[in-house]
Amino acid sequence: MIRSVKAASLIILLALLLLSMMTMRPFGVPADTSMDDYFISNSQQEISSNNVVTAVLFDYRGLDTLGEASILFAAATGVFLVFRRSLSGKR
Amino acid sequence: MSIIVKTMVCLIAVPVTVFGLYVVSHGHLTPGGGFPGGTVIATLVALMLVAFGKGAGGKLGGRGFLSSLESIGLFLFAFVAFLGMGSTFFGNFLANTGGIFGDPVAFGSNPGNVNTGGVIPFMNLAVGLEVFAALSLIILIMFTHSKEDTP
Repeated sequence: MIRSVKAASLIILLALLLLSMMTMRPFGVPADTSMDDYFISNSQQEISSNNVVTAVLFDYRGLDTLGEASILFAAATGVFLVFRRSLSGKR
Repeated sequence: MSIIVKTMVCLIAVPVTVFGLYVVSHGHLTPGGGFPGGTVIATLVALMLVAFGKGAGGKLGGRGFLSSLESIGLFLFAFVAFLGMGSTFFGNFLANTGGIFGDPVAFGSNPGNVNTGGVIPFMNLAVGLEVFAALSLIILIMFTHSKEDTP
């Protein structure tokens, strides 16, 4: 019983994946390019940065980069926490 | 490690550091920025630990120094972001003002000018400092508190 349910759900999942693959948009043709066009045509004037990727990363979506840096900070804090016994010298 | 590995690490230490600093400081002109540049400099810490053993950790300043560098980097990043609060959070208040990092940039391809980008070079420096300190801190702690040492 459970085996057949598992097989059926796997088949349904594969069918859905195949369906989404059939209806996938061709590569390089996004649905909406207004944001990309805005960044490409305005970032050099607005941010005065030749590197559009950096302009997006550090200015338009700087909050995202702040989150990334905080995640790295939290990772280092977590490593401190994991090794706290041997750091304090106790066993 | 053998004398060959130690000598090679000493030889490539300066080029690796210079390349990392270049990637950080030219983040607004060429591919790169704070994250990749900080990672490049942090690989040097891993190389030195592997070549010279656990004793190299103390020569790098130890945990307290790297930990304060990390905190200073993250604080500087958020501080520069808050300085732009005149317009918005993360507002670029230095771009196109003619002052430091304030030269305007023409549209399209151009040879590039280091004195552009507004607050982006400062943010790259802060993030580079933070990423370098955080990654070397993780490597340093996990290396110094493992049972093995390099032969």
